Amino acid sequence: MTAAFPLTLSGVHVRKQGKTVLGPVDLTLATDGTTIIVGPNGSGKTMLLRVMHGIERVNDGQVAWECDDPAKHGFVFQTPIMMRRTVAENLAYPLKLLKTPKDQIAMAVDHWLARIGLEASRNGQATRLSGGERQKLAIARALIRKPDVLFLDEPCANLDGHATREIEALLYEVASAGTRLVMATHDMGQARRLANDLVFLLDGKIHELGPAAIFDRPATGALAAFLRGDIVT
Amino acid sequence: MGIDEELWEISLRSLRVTLAALLIASAIAIPLGTYLAVQRFRYRRFVISMINALMGLPPVVVGLVVYIMLSRSGPFGVLNLLFTPTAMIIAQVIIITPVIASIAHQSMRELWAEYHDLLISLNTSKRQRILTLIYDGRRNLLTAALAGFGRAIGEVGAIMIVGGNIDHVTRVLTTAIALETGKGDFALALGLGFVLIGIAILVNLAIHTLSRTEREGRW
Repeated sequence: MTAAFPLTLSGVHVRKQGKTVLGPVDLTLATDGTTIIVGPNGSGKTMLLRVMHGIERVNDGQVAWECDDPAKHGFVFQTPIMMRRTVAENLAYPLKLLKTPKDQIAMAVDHWLARIGLEASRNGQATRLSGGERQKLAIARALIRKPDVLFLDEPCANLDGHATREIEALLYEVASAGTRLVMATHDMGQARRLANDLVFLLDGKIHELGPAAIFDRPATGALAAFLRGDIVT
Repeated sequence: MGIDEELWEISLRSLRVTLAALLIASAIAIPLGTYLAVQRFRYRRFVISMINALMGLPPVVVGLVVYIMLSRSGPFGVLNLLFTPTAMIIAQVIIITPVIASIAHQSMRELWAEYHDLLISLNTSKRQRILTLIYDGRRNLLTAALAGFGRAIGEVGAIMIVGGNIDHVTRVLTTAIALETGKGDFALALGLGFVLIGIAILVNLAIHTLSRTEREGRW
């Protein structure tokens, strides 16, 4: 159970250039498990994650954490942002911001480099890594602060099967260790493999939500159609 | 004093004045350029436009204004800085600060666009963002500083006015070239010009080598 949860969104709206891109959203995320957010392109998945993490401001409504310590939630972007530093320096950066003692940083960096299999690249430039390696590094960098919750925005988009499997194994491991995961994905297979709860977004609104069982018994025609692979607008 | 000794003295003074001005201007311009990339405020666009406009500041006008400020009847006359290397440094700082700030802002703006989401998501403070951008963009900032160095080392109008081109006190390579050209000694003026170009190239090479800008995989 995470100290930060439950997370409650009440009457949340986000508007961009006069157009509502998200909302109204009323949602309470429970304390445990992995929540998967699915929906067609442009349905607001990324925006919902950004709002929950606090990167995006809401125009109306409230985002309330049980215990809001920004260092306790991390974010992994669809396109990993690599700092112009070495792999080890990228990993160390979030801890340096918190003024963590150097020996603790070194230990944490060694641990995560070993965990993601990038020990040999520790002194190489992070921007020279492959797509899969970058994403693993981005996830490790988000996890190095030991967050209670990790938001992931389609972390396996554009990755091959091998890299996707490695990342899923890593996510499964951290989820089993108690980190709360909230992830957007367009990969229904991945959603089924990882989800404890499902949120289906359509046109900026939550169209359906529930436990993973709704994959097999969707309550709405739109989710049923989406799961079948039909085009849903 | 022989011509070699004098040339050495003038060259060293040129370097000293220019590098001092470069250090001071960089200390002002780099944080300013980065702050403007990171921070949104009401007159930000106006400030950026002003800095860009000041890149073309006529050195003679800068020299004149600094002269008035430092002359005996001016507000800073009591400091007795007119016709000293310090006055020349002040004039050069005014001339090159906008150049460095403008180029620094441009590269920091691009880096900020790249890092924005990450640094926000890590809940960094404004100070941490600025320091991170300066550190990770240091090689681009070096280019900005070198542009300022190039402008300062070749400057003649302002430092002639505020320095006075006094032998053994404020004479530098550019003012010496102007003097020798006026006297009709074109050979010496041309020789001094080659020395000036040589110093500019050497300093650029030295800084690039020390900062390893061209090393593979680095910035």
